[in-house]
Order: sequence, then C-alpha cells, then structure tokens
Amino acid sequence: MRRRIRGVNEWVEHRTGIQSAVRQFLYEEIPASSGWHQVLGSVAMFLFMVQAFTGALLAFNYAPTPGDAYNSLRYILTELTGGRLMRGLHHWGASMIVVVVVLHMVQVFLYGAYKKPREATWMVGVVLLLLTLAYGLTGYLLPWDNRAYWGTVVTTQIAGQAPVLGPYLSRLLGGEGAIGVVTFARFYGLHVLLLPPATIFLIVLHVFLVRKHGVAPLPGDELKAKKKFYPQQVFKDTVAIFIAFAILFMMAVAVRVPLEQLADPTDTSYIPRPEWYFLFLFQTLKLFSGPLEVVGSVVLPGLAVLLLILVPFIDRGQMVKVTRRTVALAFVLLAAIGWGGLTAAAVRSTPKEALAAAVDYSGPTDWMQLSPEEMVGIAYFRQENCVSCHAIGDQGKAVGPDLTKASIHKDAAWMIQHFKRPSAMRPGTSMPPIQLTDAQLNSLAAFLLKLNEKNATALDNAPDFAAQGALLYQTNRCGACHLVNGGGMKIGPPLNGLSKRQSRSWVEDHFADPRKMAPESIMPSYKLAPKDLENLTSYLFALPD
Amino acid sequence: MGNVQIVPPREGEGTSRRNFYVVAIYGLWGAISAALGLPALVYLLFPPKAKKGEEWIEVGDIGRLAPLSPVELTFRRTRVDGWKVISEKSTAWVVKTADNQVTAFGPQCTHLGCAYHWEDAKGQFLCPCHTSLFSIDGKVAAGPAPRPLDRYQTKLNGSKLLLGKLQGSPEKKS
Repeated sequence: MRRRIRGVNEWVEHRTGIQSAVRQFLYEEIPASSGWHQVLGSVAMFLFMVQAFTGALLAFNYAPTPGDAYNSLRYILTELTGGRLMRGLHHWGASMIVVVVVLHMVQVFLYGAYKKPREATWMVGVVLLLLTLAYGLTGYLLPWDNRAYWGTVVTTQIAGQAPVLGPYLSRLLGGEGAIGVVTFARFYGLHVLLLPPATIFLIVLHVFLVRKHGVAPLPGDELKAKKKFYPQQVFKDTVAIFIAFAILFMMAVAVRVPLEQLADPTDTSYIPRPEWYFLFLFQTLKLFSGPLEVVGSVVLPGLAVLLLILVPFIDRGQMVKVTRRTVALAFVLLAAIGWGGLTAAAVRSTPKEALAAAVDYSGPTDWMQLSPEEMVGIAYFRQENCVSCHAIGDQGKAVGPDLTKASIHKDAAWMIQHFKRPSAMRPGTSMPPIQLTDAQLNSLAAFLLKLNEKNATALDNAPDFAAQGALLYQTNRCGACHLVNGGGMKIGPPLNGLSKRQSRSWVEDHFADPRKMAPESIMPSYKLAPKDLENLTSYLFALPD
Repeated sequence: MGNVQIVPPREGEGTSRRNFYVVAIYGLWGAISAALGLPALVYLLFPPKAKKGEEWIEVGDIGRLAPLSPVELTFRRTRVDGWKVISEKSTAWVVKTADNQVTAFGPQCTHLGCAYHWEDAKGQFLCPCHTSLFSIDGKVAAGPAPRPLDRYQTKLNGSKLLLGKLQGSPEKKS
C-alpha cells in the first residue's frame, strides 16, 4: 500500500512538480529572529479567505438588486439555518481584517522591514490596505437598509467633491443625483467581481516579493544560522490564525449584527454614521467647513495615503534594532492617539438614536402585527413572570401547563376568573392569584388566546420598549381616538406608518403640545417622563406601514 | 561568536518537538475547517424554516364535468419561493370517475417533468417527450415513466373542487 502511494506521488511529481514546489515553499529559510511578531500577514491572508468563503455562501441566497437585497438578507437571517452565523462571520470578519491588516503594517513599520530592497513589498501592501477599505465601503451598501443607504449617500457625495476627478468619480459610482439601482449594481460589481481578483493578484505579488527578498532579518541575524519555515514558524502562524478565528467565531455567534428597516430615501430623521473604522475620516471632515471641506474629505486622506506609500523613500537609513527606532515608535503612537481621539470624538458626537437601532429586523417581527392590547398582555406576562412556572413551547419550566396549548380549550372569561382565583376554577392548583385590575387581566387573556406554538418564539422576541410603549398607549387611552394594526377608533389619524410621515422629534414635540405642531389638532397634550416618551415613540415608529 | 554552528538537538527531543508542531498544525487547521465547513453544509442543505402557503385552493365548479373525460383546469396559487411569495398559474388534470369520485393529477409527467395531455382518441394521457402513456386512473400504461401520476389532495365544497398538496412524488412527501 505504502509503495503504491509513493508510486502515485512520484507520478504526480514527475508530471506537475507539485510536491517539490510545496517542499520548496515550506522549507524556505527564514532568519533566526523570526517568530511571533511575523504572524500577522498570515492571519490577514487567512481572514481574506474566510471573507471569500462566507461571501460566496451569502451570495448563494442573495439577490443583488435594491429591494430584493433586503428581503433576501432577511431570508438568510430569519429562515436559513446557519444564515445568521454566515452573515456574522462576514460582517465581523470585515472589521477584523481591517484591524489585522493595520497591525501587520504597524509591525512592518516599527521594524523598518520596508527598507531596501523591500520597498515594492511595502507599496503593494499599502494598496492592499486600500483594497481592504474598498471592500468595507462597497459592502456597506449591500444590506440596503437605512444605515446602508444613508451611509452610501455620504460616501458618494464625498467622492464627488474630489478636485477635478469628482464629477467623473461620482458618475462612475452611479451616484449622480440619487442612489438607486445603478449605484447598487456598481457597488456589488466592485465588491464581488473586481476587488477579489485584484486582491488575489496583489496578495500573490506581495507574497512573491516577500519570498524573493526573504523575510526581513534583524541586525545580528546574519551571524546566526537560518531556520526553516516549516514546522516551527508554520506552527506559530497556525496558532495565531486559530486564535483570530476563535475570536471571530465567538463574535459571529454572540454579537448580533442588526438589520435596520428597508432603505427609505424619504426618511428625514435618519442620522447616518459610517463603519467604525471610517469614523476618524468622518470626524476629520467636521474640522473643515465651507470651501475648505474638500481639504478634510479628499486632500488630507489623499496626502496620508501618498505619505504611506512613500515611507520607504522617506526613511532610507540602515536597518537598526526595533528598540532604537524611537522616531518610528513616536510616529505610530501619534497616529494611534490621533486616530483614537478622532474616533472617540465622533462616537461622542453621535446622538444615541443613531447608535442604537430601535428595531432589529434581523429577527422575527411577528410582534409588530399584534394589537396594542395584546402587546400589553406581553408586558404583564413578563411583569408577573409567568414563565417561571409555565412552558411556552419548548421554553420555560413545566410546573404549570404549556400555555401555547392551553388557549385552544379555554375562553377569555374562564381565564380571567382563573387569574383572579386560580383554585376556584381548578381545585388544588398551586398557581397564585394575579394581582391585576380587570382591564389588565383582559389584556393578558387576549395575549394568551393568540398564543400558539408557531408565534410563541416570535412573541418572546418582542422588544421591551414595545411592551412598555404599548402599556403607555393603553393607560393613556390612545386607542380611544387612534387606530393601530386595525384596532381602535378613527377620530385621530391611524398610527401605522407614522415613521414615514413624521420625524421622531416632531412626534415627541407633538405629545407635549399638539397644537403647536398641528394647529387643527384636537389631541390633548401629554406630559410624559423622558423614558416613557422614548418607549412610546419607539413603539409607534416600529408599527408596520 | 566566532564559531557559529548548529548544535543538533538530541535525537529524541528534536523529533518529539517537531511531531508536536506537525500534530498541532494539522489539528488546528482541522478544527478551523470543521467550524467553517459544517455550518456551511447546514446552511446550504437544510431547508428554510417552513412558511405556510395556502392550504386549499378553489379551482372551479365541476358540477357539469362529464365522467371519464379529463379536463385541464387552470388556477392561481401562491407559493413561497425563497424570499418571495409568488402568485403563479398552475394546472391540474381533473377526472370524474364512473362512481362520481373526483381525482386531480399533477400536470407533470413522472418521468422527467414534461407536460402531458389527454389523448381523446386513445383514451390515455400521453407525454410527448418520451411517449409515456398513463391510463385514466393515472397508472403507467407504457413508456419510461417510473410511477403513476402524482395526485392532489381533493376536497369538494358543494360542486366546487378544492385542491390541497400534491402527493405521490417521493421528494414532495412531507
């Protein structure tokens, strides 16, 4: 058997030379000083492969046209097993690759590994950094939610500001006038058709150059014997890759990537914010105003990139020990402080509305269809902690009956009697009486009657602000004049689709003094506590159109 | 540092360390591949969480349908297609048997899915693609078809015919 395998290997080797090529690659000689500080390039390349893999998988269930893009992404997130994980890996992988690529550059910069004869390797690396950022920029639009749309509006406008090239750039990006199908197609085409082959070509070139010149040695290395790349350095690379992957995987599982509402070009209240790694540019932009704006948006970033590319020609000294490269170290520290300060300032200036998406459409949204009364039922259900004894489908404890099945046999009157005096309806039960008013018990019963195995998990996901908002809606008797999800009165305007008609601040001001905002209004004014105002408005804004 | 020379480590120590590296490399890459590959397979192969379509669709009045003469009825139905719910035209071959029972056949030949039709002269269903023949009760009479025609679940509401799920083809059984 063993002889046969060797025979096959020899045959393949003779025809392709693949074994000796692999061997040559693995047994490459590297300087004695090589070690853990040189693993970041491998990690970046690995993350690129993860992005390509998860990106292809997402593309298998993704329709790259504006409206369908959003719907198909929702389909991936809510209906496909593992879809949320795939998107999580792709989303957090994008952030992680930026971090790793930058760390890789910082390491090379600190060690001065860009010096002669490795200038070209460095410059190709800078272009790869730019490509990494281009992925982030183009991929940002692809979910086609509000965040994606408004973020890209800003991006294309900035591109349009570039001196001389501006109009051509914005025409290339399809962003002349409004952002629509053309821009979307251009961004998608860049993201999946143009950038990947360009990246692969440059990675191959980058690695080829690294191999051509050899891994950069430290001063003193020339006196020591060289090492082999395999297995010791491969082991170190692998461990680093594994750690990076473990972090990425945990983030994809644990940190939910939100999906906001479908992109709405008429939304006047949306506050767009770029991805975190672009926040410093966003903040730089704010330092300049009027005709100088172009300095912050195009000139400074352009100069920074030029400077980065020219680093090997600016610093042409001899290779020295990393501990003696104080200027380089100071430069990195300064850049880090500048970046951190700008980012922090940008985060601080972001209103909290823009930080927390009120409604996450990446999960089930059945709860949006419930009447306010049923939603109030959820609030009481949580308040009374019914789940501590009752099972809801396969969640909760099973001391009491499974409530997804009970509703089939009972009516509201029975339930309300049972809530008040459990033992009267069911002798010997261990359920304590529920201390709520009749109206409150009514809501609870209405909610339980609507509960079945299918919608139980979705109802479980109803956000807290919606339950609290509905509670306020009911205690203030809004339903006596307004219509929500087909229930209530038509004296005032129906509240579904309110988010399309008015901005958040308009609605909040309107509560305080309706006639100031709408002179014809007969609505009384409501003085709500700030938290209540926020919950009620969020709830009304989450209602389906 | 005049005489730099590699002191070869003792044979046993060197190989065991090397073996550890090799095992760790294979092990860690194996774990990464599994953590990416298995969810990918689940993602691609598991069916989407079921969304309910329409249960019963009314296709028409069959009060005046003559026994033993199949007619093709056309109806619209909504179907979940990935992330879309689409409304599409669909047909069924409906037969009233001699004892006034109603059967509705799915419109595709069980061989390779071509549309078949009723040959009045022969008194059989004929598929033009590979000349499969089916008798009026859907059984294979001749040709390459591997199994009888698929049938819809049927329900009568007065003389109105309602169709349910298409049954018979192995992959559509739930």
